[in-house]
Amino acid sequence: MPPETNLQPTAPPAPTGPAEVVLTLEHLTKSFGDNHVLQDFSLDLHRGENVVVLGKSGSGKSVLVKCIIGLLRPDTGRITVLGQDISTLDHEAMDQLRAKLGFLFQSNALYDSMTVRENLLFPLRRQWLAHRRGEEKDLVQQALEDVGLANTIDKMPAELSGGQRKRIALARTLILRPEIILYDEPTTGLDPITAREITSLIREVQLKYRTAAFIISHDMDSVRGSADRVALLADGRCYAQGTYAELAKHADPRVNDFFK
Amino acid sequence: MLLAPTTRVRPARWRALDESHGRSLTLGMSDARRRPVLCSRPLPEAAFPSSPTPLFNSPFLAETGAIAQFAGRFFREGFRPRYEVRELLYQCYVVGYQSLPMVGITGFIMGLVLTLQSRPTMAQFGAEAWIPTMVGLTIIREMGPIITALIFSGKIGSSMGAELGSMRVTEQIDAMEVSGTNPFKYLVVTRVLATTLMLPLLTVLADVIGLYASYVGINTKGVTTLALFTNNILSGLTFADVLPAFFKTFFFGFAVGLIGCYKGYYAEKGTAGVGAAANSAVVVSSLLIFILDLLAVQITGLLGFN
Repeated sequence: MPPETNLQPTAPPAPTGPAEVVLTLEHLTKSFGDNHVLQDFSLDLHRGENVVVLGKSGSGKSVLVKCIIGLLRPDTGRITVLGQDISTLDHEAMDQLRAKLGFLFQSNALYDSMTVRENLLFPLRRQWLAHRRGEEKDLVQQALEDVGLANTIDKMPAELSGGQRKRIALARTLILRPEIILYDEPTTGLDPITAREITSLIREVQLKYRTAAFIISHDMDSVRGSADRVALLADGRCYAQGTYAELAKHADPRVNDFFK
Repeated sequence: MLLAPTTRVRPARWRALDESHGRSLTLGMSDARRRPVLCSRPLPEAAFPSSPTPLFNSPFLAETGAIAQFAGRFFREGFRPRYEVRELLYQCYVVGYQSLPMVGITGFIMGLVLTLQSRPTMAQFGAEAWIPTMVGLTIIREMGPIITALIFSGKIGSSMGAELGSMRVTEQIDAMEVSGTNPFKYLVVTRVLATTLMLPLLTVLADVIGLYASYVGINTKGVTTLALFTNNILSGLTFADVLPAFFKTFFFGFAVGLIGCYKGYYAEKGTAGVGAAANSAVVVSSLLIFILDLLAVQITGLLGFN
């Protein structure tokens, strides 16, 4: 029985016509020594849209998402997030921008020396939101209800199951109400049922908060359930993109292999 | 001329170094003008001037240089806002208060054993009355600082290496960065400051407990009063004995914190990396304590304190 979440589509439906571009990747390259991971990768992400970047293990998907969040620097190319070229930002400006970006780590990266409550409070307090101190309790409660785990507030991460840890990590991401969420393989390592729950949670978050999501995945069930658009990362570039249905019928065997 | 990076630079460290550059320089080094053009192919971050490039292809020199740079970063970033006062106080509690039992027991045994071992020899020369002075000088000048620092290194250095190493491996340090926190300030600066400030206090405590244990040791075979014992110790001590021994413990504490954090912060991926970080944190910081002690003896000698 999946946990009850508090995420119902409350936002107005997306306006018709082209939505605002919130993330632009232009001609990115990134190499580690002789290993050229990204070679001229370009992609756009629109407000309220879920884009899944699909690719084989080791194709550079995680490197790509870490370039966007500023944990790695691309060798060349430009990343524009919410209208700001991140190569021009100093670390203070980057920290402010990161408050509008959520990042769900593949390993969840929950602070294992802190309780769930402290994990959720950490980003709130670090983002200089002291004027909202009075709201902290409500925000934590709201974020936990959003992922259906309000009863785990005083537990340590080690006491939670894999699926619960993923939900708490998502709650920690949601608590700052990001405009873009980056998911690094959100369903990897989960059983099929929990993976489906996480996939539907991703969809619910998109509908409730109208966030744009940049999802890295190679789990085709999750891709089908969460993607508005799919981009295939191969040879370090955006090899093909389109809706799930379009790519599933693609004539190129390198694209088609993923959908068999 | 600078050399191009070689395969001896461990790839697993590039990402950590990358993060460090993200802090010290601006993010996104797409501007080619910021990068020194040294060879035709794109250079990894480890080739930037402030990275620990192994100029002489020696892992030992590369490691030494990297630790020196890590220390430089501590001084660069540690004294600029934002100050992590709350975390510093918490680390002082962890590093100082929670080490009290171990340091106390070690200090007690050190003083007791030193007294019991030296007594027969001193008795042969009829110099039992000199035991308090001799034990006092030995503990305050050398044994107290060095034994406490070694115990401290084993307890705190290893736990810092393991804690930061596991945080690196499980991406918690990256998560901090993403949350708008400078992980170097939050994790490293606070821990290094805490060890630097707490070890001298722990050493004073170990000295006092050790001296009291010496008093107990003397009374197991003979009789003396605490007043006479204390008077004997104080009559043999000068500030030139106490102050250099006290000041060197700041450096010992700094070394333990710095090496523990360095090893953990740049731990290799995987559980083996965490184990190696904890282990090498103790080995290197213990060795460094002896080297610093030797230097301290030489410097105090040159300054005329010996």
